[in-house]
Amino acid sequence: MLRSRVIPVLLVRDKGLVKTVKFKNDKYVGDPINAVRIFNEKEVDELIVLDIDATAQVKEPNYDLIENIASECRMPLCYGGGVNNLDQILKILSLGVEKVALSAAPYDNEGLIEEAARRVGSQSIAVVLDVRKRRFGGYQCMTHNATVARKIEPVDYARKLANLGAGEIIINSIDRDGTMSGYDTRIIQSINSAVPIPVTAVGGAGSMQDVRNLADKEGIIGCAAGSIFVFKGKYRAVLINYQNLSQ
Amino acid sequence: MIAIASYGLGNVKAFANVYHRLNIEHCIADKPEQLKDADRIILPGVGAFDHAMQLLNQSGLRETLDHAVLIQKKPVMGICVGMQMMACKSEEGTLEGLGWVEASVRKFSTEDTKTYPLPHMGWNTLQIDSSHPLFANMSDNPELYFLHSYYFDNEDSSITIATTDYAKRFTTIVQKANIIGIQCHPEKSHDTGVSILKNFASMQANQNA
Repeated sequence: MLRSRVIPVLLVRDKGLVKTVKFKNDKYVGDPINAVRIFNEKEVDELIVLDIDATAQVKEPNYDLIENIASECRMPLCYGGGVNNLDQILKILSLGVEKVALSAAPYDNEGLIEEAARRVGSQSIAVVLDVRKRRFGGYQCMTHNATVARKIEPVDYARKLANLGAGEIIINSIDRDGTMSGYDTRIIQSINSAVPIPVTAVGGAGSMQDVRNLADKEGIIGCAAGSIFVFKGKYRAVLINYQNLSQ
Repeated sequence: MIAIASYGLGNVKAFANVYHRLNIEHCIADKPEQLKDADRIILPGVGAFDHAMQLLNQSGLRETLDHAVLIQKKPVMGICVGMQMMACKSEEGTLEGLGWVEASVRKFSTEDTKTYPLPHMGWNTLQIDSSHPLFANMSDNPELYFLHSYYFDNEDSSITIATTDYAKRFTTIVQKANIIGIQCHPEKSHDTGVSILKNFASMQANQNA
């Protein structure tokens, strides 16, 4: 039987790994390759690596780093950050990455999803939705490290992305990021029940219990997390660790 | 020597890393001579059927590959789209497949996307023919990583050596003489996947031809 995946999310900045709180206050947590090696030993279900500088600073993805990470990974890898055209997607997949995550690009260029899905297949195209609660109810989509607000409503947008050929929606909660206060189950449930494609959620997991609760509630889902897999204890000492749902 | 066919698609390095750690002689083959020198071949693949076929057809490897597999009967293992390419055709594209196995590649279809979201993505269990040498030293229901929306539908069910349930029971692994196809990703499935790659390196694949 297919089971829910438990997925560490690694944020890359300046070739190092960082962990943020609400997309800010990043703390250095180590070297990407070293982290991948530890996650190999822990037999993680999958890894998501997001370069959080690439789009905001209008940089090309760091292909050398992606290639090094991909060839080290003994588990499936999803890469996101700075991807805005088909050539980049083809190049990243050729480096041994299973899935490419788009984020800002599809808002302005929906054709990219269709074109990419046709060329490389839906299974390799994920879209990260950075969402946050509106002050007066509802949710909104943001891009560029939560500095640019988008008009479209997240659930409508998720439906649209699935129709265009996206193979996975990764819901990234800005309000919960790094807070370890639990997943934002409301928006996760709304999107997961609206689309026929796999959904992964990240932002807020504070314990394996949060992860288990999400999987119990949502059925098949990707349970992604940052803090719980890079920090230990209340003083947030850096320690790469991992558990999946069968461990 | 195992040649990992490199035609611009798939995790050639991930396979090379596994064989490097196992201390098994291998090479990343982007020239026909390397396929000629090899005694076994891995055909990886990620992505859409036509894109994969197009790259393979343009790679300069196609003719040597066909010869190595069909005439010389070298053991070959196709992974994911690498397996699907071994079929005659795919619902995902219009190009002809390699036609090494009488099979068509079909799209999953289900009304119940709540229980079975598509693509089929994640860790799922295999029902295996446990006597098969490819599964030596493995548990009865191994779990491997899947990432696909299309499945391999072989005409002769006796060549199926592993199946998986997802909306329906489908073929996960086939073996027809020297030809093996695997839908899931052993190169990304930790120790279980490593066992499969290791067993492929030593098994007599064309015994039961």
